[in-house]
Amino acid sequence: MTELSGWGLFPQIDCRVVRARCEDDVRKAVLAAPLIARGNGRAYGDAALNPGQTLDMTGMDRMLSFKDGMLVAEAGVLLADIIHAFLPRGWFPLVTPGTKMVSLGGAIAADVHGKNHHVDGSFRSCVDWVELMGMDGEVSRVAPGDELFEWTLGGMGLTGVILRAQIRLRPVESSWIVQDSKALTSLTETIDAFEAAMDAPYSVAWIDCTDGPQHGHSILLLGRHARSEDLPADRPKFNLQRRGKIPVPFGMPLLFKGRALQLINSAYWRLKARRAGRALVDWDSYFYPLDGLANWNKLYGRNGFIQFQCVLPRDMAPDGLAKLMAAIAESKQGSVLSVLKRFGPQTSHFSFPMAGYTLAMDFPANERSLALMEQLDKITLAHGGRFYLAKDARMAQAVAKADPRAETFAAMRKETGLAARFASVQSERLGL
Amino acid sequence: MSGPVLILGAASDIARAVARSFGEAGHPIQLAARNAERLEDDARDLATRYGVEVTTHEFDALETDSHAGFVAGLPALPEVAICAVGAMGTQTKSEADPQAAIQIMRANYEGPASVLAHLANAMEARGSGTLVGISSVAGDRGRASNYVYGSAKAGFTAFLSGLRNRLSKQGVHVVTVLPGFVKTAMLEGIETPAPLTAEPEEVGAAILKAVRRKTNVIYTRPVWRAVMAVIRNIPEPVFKKTSI
Ligand SMILES: Cc1cc2nc3c(=O)[nH]c(=O)nc-3n(C[C@H](O)[C@H](O)[C@H](O)COP(=O)(O)OP(=O)(O)OC[C@H]3O[C@@H](n4cnc5c(N)ncnc54)[C@H](O)[C@@H]3O)c2cc1C
Repeated sequence: MTELSGWGLFPQIDCRVVRARCEDDVRKAVLAAPLIARGNGRAYGDAALNPGQTLDMTGMDRMLSFKDGMLVAEAGVLLADIIHAFLPRGWFPLVTPGTKMVSLGGAIAADVHGKNHHVDGSFRSCVDWVELMGMDGEVSRVAPGDELFEWTLGGMGLTGVILRAQIRLRPVESSWIVQDSKALTSLTETIDAFEAAMDAPYSVAWIDCTDGPQHGHSILLLGRHARSEDLPADRPKFNLQRRGKIPVPFGMPLLFKGRALQLINSAYWRLKARRAGRALVDWDSYFYPLDGLANWNKLYGRNGFIQFQCVLPRDMAPDGLAKLMAAIAESKQGSVLSVLKRFGPQTSHFSFPMAGYTLAMDFPANERSLALMEQLDKITLAHGGRFYLAKDARMAQAVAKADPRAETFAAMRKETGLAARFASVQSERLGL
Repeated sequence: MSGPVLILGAASDIARAVARSFGEAGHPIQLAARNAERLEDDARDLATRYGVEVTTHEFDALETDSHAGFVAGLPALPEVAICAVGAMGTQTKSEADPQAAIQIMRANYEGPASVLAHLANAMEARGSGTLVGISSVAGDRGRASNYVYGSAKAGFTAFLSGLRNRLSKQGVHVVTVLPGFVKTAMLEGIETPAPLTAEPEEVGAAILKAVRRKTNVIYTRPVWRAVMAVIRNIPEPVFKKTSI
């Protein structure tokens, strides 16, 4: 037994971990006992935990072929490895989450989104097909339009084990990003700026949710891949040097409370506001600022932390976001990182995104945060929103089931027998 | 340096990591193992990631009669040959059944020594090359809990040392690799102390570095050098009472 957790270190559960190196290993596991597949453990909560059998897929990480931007690879390969292999050849993932340390299988299962959801959609947009092992050990190849494909993208590993997939990468002329940053002083201004930037390839805002004087202040970052002519002559087009990692010790979180948190937030805003404007940023710091800190998840101490991420439909977003932010400010729980993004429409059956705004924050795992998050649940539901399973560690079943898609998903799993074979601590908790 | 690199026993976790280290450095790779068809996906992986040429070859360490033909049949005599062949077995089985013990001895000593002997002669004739043998710290001193495996590794370590001694004047270098615990299938389900346990990737990187720098003996995770120095020097009367 191994004590396992997601990236948030909460909850921690003893699991029997089995490692797969080839298709036969997966088949053996699938036929042996109920299980959940696990990628690189970057989901925050309990989505990739099953005490009876957790199938570690990171040993299946082979890239099988590459032609004209089309990559066939095994599910355990990391986005970081894909970038390392193909960015120097002028290719970059079409969609990437805020860390490159996710597996291909994890990106598909959570149907992850990036800063470009409003133009490019979720990870699904780049997936041509997926090979999935079902409960009988048979492998089927599913493609967009197939029912099983549509449930698998966003299905959190609950439709079978993803073995391989073909994805399309995007051609890029350089590894640099032209970034335009704007300092804004209210939520309304921020939303207006997002709407005005709907054709910016990438957009994301960091927003102050504390109860300090700068509540609602934000830094909006717009970006696009730099073309050759955007680069100074002496700049190498492709810079792939891996950044060194700054280790983070346990126990720093004491710094991140109350007044200190307000100060950090406003200092950050002032610093960024002063530097607002155009800059050329390298791919790694632009897309993956947190990857530069090794194990930053330990910042919150051994009890871990919980992310809260919801999405609100476009028309309800201004009011809903204001209420969410007010509730957070009032609780004085704050959040070091509060991130706001604009989504385009939903695509797969059960994926998280919908046209509107998504807000993500983290809180230390404690009673007060849990109480606060229940309040945030209510506000989200009252505004027609829903929650991201890849970040969830604590939702009540009733909250999850308020999303009508959850019942349909659960019913499909029951009818087909999938529910009896593929299960996680999360799926049991939420009745999926 | 970018000549072909042969990896013997290529299906193991360590071998896969070693192949990636050399593939990333731009070497064509020759993968050799039993049931070579299961190496296909690894071959495609190396070719896709690093754009290097990869071939796969049928090779059985225990069939020593086939080794001369195997070496002669390679598309090119490798610049570097790395032997990752080995089998841990279980000590209890080896104790109960000396025939089983012999299989472990053959897989860890006789087979590897045989194939490296053929490669050594060919490299000696050419006047250049590097041979890498992956042995084990278990060969540094026999312990009750795995002395059959350990004794074979001890034999292999001594063989590599002698080979290095003989070939150093002929332009051929020999690297002895002594891994401690490595997170591989071999150790699945066995708890090992984290500071002493290396990832296969660390071993891969260490071997690439040792080949380039012509190091003689490397312990992957350098603390093992100190750990084994202590273990080797415990006086026998004391050692026999321990259960390390
Ligand atoms: C710093 C950070 C930033 C992030 N930013 C974003 C972001 O911007 N956008 C976003 O969408 N997400 C984001 N995430 C979440 C992350 O992208 C997802 O949780 C992703 O699923 C993690 O992939 P993984 O390989 O680590 O999967 P795991 O955490 O191991 O598993 C996640 C889910 O995928 C399933 N799964 C994994 N592999 C397989 C397989 N082979 N077959 C079937 N199911 C499988 C698991 O069962 C589980 O349900 C972020 C996470 C971190 C830590």
